[in-house]
Amino acid sequence: MSYHPSVIGLDGLAALIEALSGDGFRVLGPTVRDDAIVYDDIAGVDDLPAGWTDEQDGGRYRLKRRDDKALFGYAVGPHAWKRFLHPPLLRLWRAEPDAAGMTLTAAAEPDERFAFFGVRSCELHAIAIQDKVFLQGPYVDPHYKARREGVFLVAVNCGTAGGTCFCASMNTGPKATAGFDLALTEFPGEFLVEPGSDAGAALLARLPQRAATAADIERARAVSERTAASMGRHMQADGVHDLLLDNLEHKRWDDVAARCLSCGNCTQVCPTCFCTAVSDVNDLSGATERTRRWDSCFSVDFSYIHGGSVRPSPRSRYRQWMTHKLASWEDQFGTSGCVGCGRCITWCPVGIDITEEVRAIRGE
Amino acid sequence: MAKPPRKPKLAVWKFASCDGCQLSLLDCEDELLAVAGAVEIAYFPEATRAVLKGPYDVSLVEGSVTTQHDAERLLEVRRQSRRVITIGACATAGGIQALRNFKDVVGFTSVVYAHPEFIETLATSTPISAHVEVDYELRGCPIDKHQLLEVLTAFLNGRRPNIPAHSVCVDCKARGTVCVLVRGAAACLGPVTHAGCGAICPAYNRGCYGCFGPKETPNPVSLAPRLVDAGMDKTALHRVYRTFNPVADAFKKESERHGA
Repeated sequence: MSYHPSVIGLDGLAALIEALSGDGFRVLGPTVRDDAIVYDDIAGVDDLPAGWTDEQDGGRYRLKRRDDKALFGYAVGPHAWKRFLHPPLLRLWRAEPDAAGMTLTAAAEPDERFAFFGVRSCELHAIAIQDKVFLQGPYVDPHYKARREGVFLVAVNCGTAGGTCFCASMNTGPKATAGFDLALTEFPGEFLVEPGSDAGAALLARLPQRAATAADIERARAVSERTAASMGRHMQADGVHDLLLDNLEHKRWDDVAARCLSCGNCTQVCPTCFCTAVSDVNDLSGATERTRRWDSCFSVDFSYIHGGSVRPSPRSRYRQWMTHKLASWEDQFGTSGCVGCGRCITWCPVGIDITEEVRAIRGE
Repeated sequence: MAKPPRKPKLAVWKFASCDGCQLSLLDCEDELLAVAGAVEIAYFPEATRAVLKGPYDVSLVEGSVTTQHDAERLLEVRRQSRRVITIGACATAGGIQALRNFKDVVGFTSVVYAHPEFIETLATSTPISAHVEVDYELRGCPIDKHQLLEVLTAFLNGRRPNIPAHSVCVDCKARGTVCVLVRGAAACLGPVTHAGCGAICPAYNRGCYGCFGPKETPNPVSLAPRLVDAGMDKTALHRVYRTFNPVADAFKKESERHGA
């Protein structure tokens, strides 16, 4: 079914956040904290980063003032939505010894429903990729499922491309095309709102608005077009699968290994990286707890099997990460594991740039 | 009725150190009764004057070796202990007192003491593992009490301790801390430092000081230019790796790249 776009003002945006809260959602969105735009609870429009933007480059992020009051005038920050859908630390169950032997108690899943406010197109693609990993294979992850079901997604079509963005190369943006309930495009002081689901259309109907004109739609198209033309990075994605898998002994792997800190930052900020370590740990009372935490293919233990680690060198670990992300992910899940958000470039302490590494292996 | 199984005997030994790490055990307020229930505290002068004779099932060893007397005492500790677990930066990497290793200790004693002739000390401060076989090394200055409980529980149960050797960065990201280095707030050793503290300093807008020593496969050479960007000069780079773990191999080498 097709939906009709509308235009809302700041009052409409405030009403949207209020309606979501009123409907029982925990509304999470961009807000300024620690010199960065992070995702956290937002109570209203005042919590949004009005008049802020960011400068991003390899290993560098700076929060800057804009000369206007735009609410979404920045690229993606250090946080990805995965921290809410796939939390960094989960207690799975606890076993307590008792007279009968032991009692096993599964950790309760949260009963809150999330509304994600200000989700970028690359992030919608990342969520779709994690949906594939956690929900659409033979084994459904119940923890992800419990958090993912009923999420209300308010997308924003980027009006500013960041210095490390390359979604245009990965066909994942900057305009949101699917996977949202509502999509906003920011104009000075007002927003084009496009519903993407029945729930979105129903919520939009409750907001103060006017019907969008052909001129509004053209304006929004121009915003996305301008953003697509101003990407800070570019990656030639065609053929990258074979390029990497045909070059497993390329000398560039030694070069990048000399720079790589194997600190794991790229994997932790990546919105699609999903690996975890599961540990059973007992305490002195005799109780045992099973926990799951984000892990990284950059740690030695990650590939530990009997007798040692399969990937003892940083070279082998970087190569594993990059070839999985851009090549074997396709064989495994039918899509690339990269959405071009640029976080791995910005948040790498030494600014290793995945687009640059691809270029180097191409011999450019 | 069968006799209840004997509780494992725990001993806590001090070498050259500040006592902070062994006090972490007493700091386990909520868990202290569980510890006392699980082991027989056989030797722990900070906690009790009662002393049980060895041998001991588990010995926690704090501090580094700085005197000939301690070097000999340590051999006896090892002989009396089924398992030796070293706790803290002094015991695992020489501690801050290992700064003497780079200078002339006689020069120090002549300046510090009124009667240096009474001071009998070694030229170096060395980790416990330089003298005896060690079963496990727990990092930190000071150690984290939860990690201490985990190691103790693991040894009492004959399992591997769940102590990741990855970078502090992984813990920062789990907390949701925004990287202080990338956002320009501080120079930070997190990318080359062993996790375990819970990534406290960056959560308070400070760079990591490297209290837990080098992480597995550290690469401080690659990090150096970024620390310079963040405001460190050659002297600062030389000194930042000479704090609590100055003779840990990766930190020692990196410090030496930036000065003698």
